Amino acid sequence: MDLKEKLVSSFLAFENQMDVEDYVHDIRSEAIKTFENEGFPSKKDEDWKYTSLNKILKQDYSVFPDDENAIEYRDVKKYFIHNIDSFKIVFIDGKYSSHLSQTTHEGMDICLLSAALAKPKYRLVIENYFNKIAASDGITSLNTAFSSEGAYIHIPKNKLVEKPIQIIHFSTGNESALMLQPRNLVVVDENSHVQIIERHQSLTSNAVLTNSVTEIFANKRAIIDCYKIQNDHQNASLIDNTFIHQKQESHASVHTFTFGGNLTRNNLNFYQHGERVDSTLKGITIIGDKQHVDHNTLVHHVEPNCESHQDYKGIFNDKSTGVFNGKVIVEKEAQKTNAFQANNNILVSDQSTINTKPQLEIFADDVKCSHGCTIGQLDSDALFYMKTRGIPEKEAKALLMYAFANNVLESVKIATLKTRINKLIANKIGVNIGFNL
Amino acid sequence: MSNKYTEDDLREELKTKEYEYGFYTDIKSDTFPVGLNEDVVRAISKRKQEPDWMTDWRLNAFKIWKEMAEPEWANVHYDKPDFQAISYYSAPNSKPKYNSLDEVDPELLDTFKKLGISIDEQKKLANVAMDVVVDSVSVATTFKKTLAEKGIIFMSISEAIQKHPDLVKKHLGTVVPQKDNFYAALNSAVFSDGSFCYIPKGVRCPMELSTYFRINQAGTGQFERTLVIADEGSYVSYLEGCTAPSRDENQLHAAVVELIALDDAEIKYSTVQNWYPGNAEGKGGVFNFVTKRGLCETNAKISWTQVETGSAVTWKYPSCVLKGNNSIGEFYSIAVTNNFQQADTGTKMIHLGKNTKSTIISKGISAGKSQNSYRGLVQINSRADNARNFSQCDSLLMGNECGAHTFPYIEAKNKSAQIEHEATTSKIGEDQIFYCNQRGIDTEKAIALIVNGFSKDVLNKLPMEFAVEAQKLLEISLEGSVG
Repeated sequence: MDLKEKLVSSFLAFENQMDVEDYVHDIRSEAIKTFENEGFPSKKDEDWKYTSLNKILKQDYSVFPDDENAIEYRDVKKYFIHNIDSFKIVFIDGKYSSHLSQTTHEGMDICLLSAALAKPKYRLVIENYFNKIAASDGITSLNTAFSSEGAYIHIPKNKLVEKPIQIIHFSTGNESALMLQPRNLVVVDENSHVQIIERHQSLTSNAVLTNSVTEIFANKRAIIDCYKIQNDHQNASLIDNTFIHQKQESHASVHTFTFGGNLTRNNLNFYQHGERVDSTLKGITIIGDKQHVDHNTLVHHVEPNCESHQDYKGIFNDKSTGVFNGKVIVEKEAQKTNAFQANNNILVSDQSTINTKPQLEIFADDVKCSHGCTIGQLDSDALFYMKTRGIPEKEAKALLMYAFANNVLESVKIATLKTRINKLIANKIGVNIGFNL
Repeated sequence: MSNKYTEDDLREELKTKEYEYGFYTDIKSDTFPVGLNEDVVRAISKRKQEPDWMTDWRLNAFKIWKEMAEPEWANVHYDKPDFQAISYYSAPNSKPKYNSLDEVDPELLDTFKKLGISIDEQKKLANVAMDVVVDSVSVATTFKKTLAEKGIIFMSISEAIQKHPDLVKKHLGTVVPQKDNFYAALNSAVFSDGSFCYIPKGVRCPMELSTYFRINQAGTGQFERTLVIADEGSYVSYLEGCTAPSRDENQLHAAVVELIALDDAEIKYSTVQNWYPGNAEGKGGVFNFVTKRGLCETNAKISWTQVETGSAVTWKYPSCVLKGNNSIGEFYSIAVTNNFQQADTGTKMIHLGKNTKSTIISKGISAGKSQNSYRGLVQINSRADNARNFSQCDSLLMGNECGAHTFPYIEAKNKSAQIEHEATTSKIGEDQIFYCNQRGIDTEKAIALIVNGFSKDVLNKLPMEFAVEAQKLLEISLEGSVG
């Protein structure tokens, strides 16, 4: 039985054990039908031209792990940004772990989607926001059909959330192959500000496939900063679908740091509905071995005077493959749009591949839109310069690569996170430099 | 009626059909009835007195075509042509061999004058040999002698099939195979005529070779086939210009151009395309689905320059396969769309050899309610060490009802590759117009001036006599787009 059949047939059992009101039930039933029709994407789909899921779909994933698995904080401490105070929403094999988490209901809701779906007091928010912007393609619908657990964050008006929120998904490897489908909902009301750090981490090298969907709503003048750390084991694959809906004068940014994982696909979609909206999409990808990373971004400019900034840097070693597919659509009404897109890549080895497609679709005339894309090497003169000054080749290369990626890091607002990313980069390049320049 | 349809019935039907088509009647208009089947392909081949290998080649292509589906990925929308409602062959009244222009039908010359192309003038002033192609059959070839002295072969492809079968057989379909795409297969099956050019080793062609194409008879699809071979160390500059009179029905144009540049050779291929774009309401106009591709051997260079102002729907990607080491591919393009025109054009640069270089400069200008897309592929294969590419795609939007789209595909498999891609979209600034107005230049002229400046990088690459014409074309195409 292939994975699609398995998922479709296990849907009934899944729905039976859920005890929720009809509203979400209908959405799920609709979604499983869509998935049944569409199935998993193939290379024939233009958006998946360079990324094939065939290999990872062949695994026999267990869809519902039964056991509650516990892990000790000291074993996983290193995966947290632990030297600052933060809210934490932690899941182990898809199940909420209350003893690792730190949630709140005081003045705002930082808790679980399962709770929000079940309790009537959240009903209004769920009806207004849940599954309102998630796409209806096969892979997102699959998540929608099985959506039951994940983070639920609702920040009311005029609130500055002082601590960042960490959402961490652990997989213990107790199952030989596990499929996870977390579903997050983030609603930030007027003038509020929140920072979110998201991470998927497996603790053994057993296969994991995560198909995650996050819906984020930035209401008027809200500020949302998201950081995605993707540094998982070589057998863990991630399909991250993020949908962001922005109202006027809101600012939203997503930084994606991809260093690990087998196959990583980021579908990042920004929909601007309101004037003077600002969207930022940045990413650093440093991979090797046979890793495959695909960034698929969409920024949809619908109203005038909006901005978007995209900056993706990639360094590809060994037999790794990088894909960047950035799409900017500027509608007829979206005059005075400023949209920038840059994608810079370095191929370190001869077996590495980069496929990039920075795409612009523009229907308005009074706009400033540009995209730039480069593929190149480290500057041999600069390397030589450093070597003549006694810096070994490896470190010299590392410094150049770090410098190459650095302007993505500059806009990271959490200092400790920046230090952490610096360490990850040094680790990935294989040098022991602090990079705290 | 008995519902058994026997082989005899079929044979009978075929017989009558053939009779219907009147393949062997020598009627003056010489246009085939509409429709396409194996017999039509055979008949075209027969009419052109082609050898058997050519007939088989066409039939093979037809077989492939039947299996293929029309491509839908392009960013254009149109009513698909009915391939059974097109006549696949038409020739002018008679096909005499001319030695001088005086013998050419004066009516034809008149049409050329209306189009602003005087063969006489071109001949004298521009030193251009013309292989005039009117509705698929070549009627005049001039300067043949000068070229012949150098050993250059420049003739219609049907003549080349007769006279130089070895050359044609060896190269036809090697760059654009029959099965390459839907329209290339169709063209391979039914191509009526086109140009053939061979430059021998080490010869530098002393003049710009050029052909003018136009569509003359209503409802006749035009399927041109061009094959240019530059042998080792040779150079040729080839010009192709297209103009077509007004038509109400959509006309299909599916040409195939193959360029082969052997070691150290250089081919420069320039096009000005001004097929009928349809009227201001978007009615009528030519469908232009063209496959153009060049193959570069070691140290060879192919340069495509195109000015696209016409056609209702354009679907065209002049490409270079940089097979040999140190080979160079260039693509310079201006695409102007106005009213309801749609253009999906760009290039493919396939880097296979070491130290290969490619340059892409694409300028898109959209006005009215038109859609203009750049679609390009830069592919660096794993053995193409030190490959270099520079791409620049600029779009100019006039009015807020048109669209500009960019779809650049970049695939690199070699670490020493250096690729740069830039794209910008902008509009004509009010201050720019104001500046011109102040100096007594009216708005229409000002726009022409600014557009010219915007397109200068590409216009500069055109041969001189073409550049002037192209500049005029840009102005005419954008007439009335301000307001």
